[in-house]
Amino acid sequence: MSEIPHYLREGFITVEELKQVIELPSEERLRKRPVAIPECPQEIPCTPCKEICPTNAVLMENPNAIPIVDYEKCIGCSLCVQICPGLAFFMIHYVGDKARVTMPHELLPVPKVGEEVILLNRVGEEVGRGKVITVVPREKSKGDTPIITVEMPIELAWDVRAVKVVRK
Amino acid sequence: MLVKLMRLTEHPILNFQEKRGRKITIYFEGQPIEAYEGETIVMALHAAGIRVLGYSVHKHRPRGLFCAIGKCASCLMTVNGIPNVRTCITLVEDGMKIERQKDKPKLPPTVKPPKFKEAKKVSGDIVIIGGGPAGLMAAINAADAGAKVILLDENPMLGGQLVKQTHKFFGKREQFAGVRGVKIAEILEEEVRKRENIEIFLETSAIMLLQDGDEKLVVGVRKNKELIEFRGKAVIVATGAMEKMIPFEGNDLPGVYGAGAIQTLMNTYGVKPGDRVLIVGAGNVGLILAYQLIQAGVDVKAIVEAMPKIGGYFVHAAKIRRLGVPILTRHTILRAEGKEKVERAVVAQIDEKWRSIPGTEKVFDVDVIALAVGLRPSIELLHQVGCQIKYVPELGGHVVIRDSRMETTIKGIFVAGDSAGIEEATTAMLEGKIAGIAAALEIGTASSEWFKEIEKAQKELDEFRAGPFGRKVLEGIKKVVVE
Repeated sequence: MSEIPHYLREGFITVEELKQVIELPSEERLRKRPVAIPECPQEIPCTPCKEICPTNAVLMENPNAIPIVDYEKCIGCSLCVQICPGLAFFMIHYVGDKARVTMPHELLPVPKVGEEVILLNRVGEEVGRGKVITVVPREKSKGDTPIITVEMPIELAWDVRAVKVVRK
Repeated sequence: MLVKLMRLTEHPILNFQEKRGRKITIYFEGQPIEAYEGETIVMALHAAGIRVLGYSVHKHRPRGLFCAIGKCASCLMTVNGIPNVRTCITLVEDGMKIERQKDKPKLPPTVKPPKFKEAKKVSGDIVIIGGGPAGLMAAINAADAGAKVILLDENPMLGGQLVKQTHKFFGKREQFAGVRGVKIAEILEEEVRKRENIEIFLETSAIMLLQDGDEKLVVGVRKNKELIEFRGKAVIVATGAMEKMIPFEGNDLPGVYGAGAIQTLMNTYGVKPGDRVLIVGAGNVGLILAYQLIQAGVDVKAIVEAMPKIGGYFVHAAKIRRLGVPILTRHTILRAEGKEKVERAVVAQIDEKWRSIPGTEKVFDVDVIALAVGLRPSIELLHQVGCQIKYVPELGGHVVIRDSRMETTIKGIFVAGDSAGIEEATTAMLEGKIAGIAAALEIGTASSEWFKEIEKAQKELDEFRAGPFGRKVLEGIKKVVVE
């Protein structure tokens, strides 16, 4: 069974595994402006991220190849996060001692700007709280998927991939 | 009036308030039940909390929904005195009287089945059976290639299984990648409806496919009563697939539903299938279903998968794992428990030889068990008319031998989509396009220019299937394609 990657046995990818699939952006790049990160380690026939990218920063040799982002070309526009059918694109931006993580959110309720939300890691565990700083609602999204940007402690940037909205 | 809060009012993707028709009343064993025009009988019953639809003839075991698309016999009920009505594809009507069946029901003496000689006759160039992604694309392309097309579907709406797919499709953007299945259904339906040379017959089941000289004859039954004879020079069978069942104790309890039936309930008609669900199978269908259940506000307890790895796309698995749904690989369902309906599911780990390991049992308190254990092609009509059949496990079971333009071993009879071999909607659309054009070329309405379009679609199929996920399908296709 050793030939089966951990992510296919468990259904989530660890940061260590992700690093074996793609090179992660440098800290310098993460501070410069938001940068797109694909968590898409498996060859599947899918190309919208490459097709929508306005700067041709998403590289893909053939429709089944995994997407590789040229972080220098990426302008952090979030279109790939909006369009990705697998909801596998995220954006990360380091600002001071915080990180801003942009992610798709196709659940109700869609949080509001300024709202505090519970941060979930890749296995759905609650790992902290963050503040929503931008929301692209479904009707404005280029991919029919609402996306949100959440500010959180910088050390959580590579763990948090979803949020839970709790309203009293 | 019995009203249970099973109807969805809010949904992140779909709008049911807008979609629901006029409120009417139907009667279940004399009891009034709220229903909405445009929905099928079983949806209204389920929304009212009625899951036991009848009892088996011999042992009187309770029966519930299973496929919800008219392919099985799990939802047969007596409607306005007529027995064995498939309540999953029959629309509600105000004042309708619905009864459960227990013993073998009889047709009332006052009702006479229609006679063949009285059948209405409809002719065209190409008869297409099935209005899903393959059939719709076949219709659009055959019509554009100059053929007069007749399109039948036994469901009350076009779109096939696209109408319940809330997720965005993969592939290339020109193949609708990034567009939700429900939206693709709308786009294709609009294309079909604006073509004057396509005549559509909904709620019409094809019950027989015959050759009559140079013509093909399709016998149809509309709305369970009207017999229609469809004639054409070519036929395209795009009848889709049927959900597979696996053996385990209690697998006939109401609440053990095919994954597609659950999608029909919640995504097509806005009815929650239950409150707590266990899913069997971590292929794309099971993974997507889990996500759709969460979107509908239903608690997904776990997915069990007998294989040591997730069979569907990793990205679909990641979507539900980050929302806290566990995926138990190397696990299987041992039994469903409950009185008259599912109350619990018992699962266990399995060893290398697929035996359950004692002491690893886990009990989930669920009211729904979703089976997402694969599909098999619906080839009944092709089999009956005499097409050559072969068992090809890579394509989901028995399939027909065909050529690269989707023509079967009987000249003028074509196949496309899941009925040609289980794959997915993107490839079904491409196969439908090929079959539609090839049929139009064969009957002589299309010019040779259209060969280019076939080649283009074939190239797109090759490209789509070139990755690791296409390997199995390609192996299967090798076994059925002849020149």
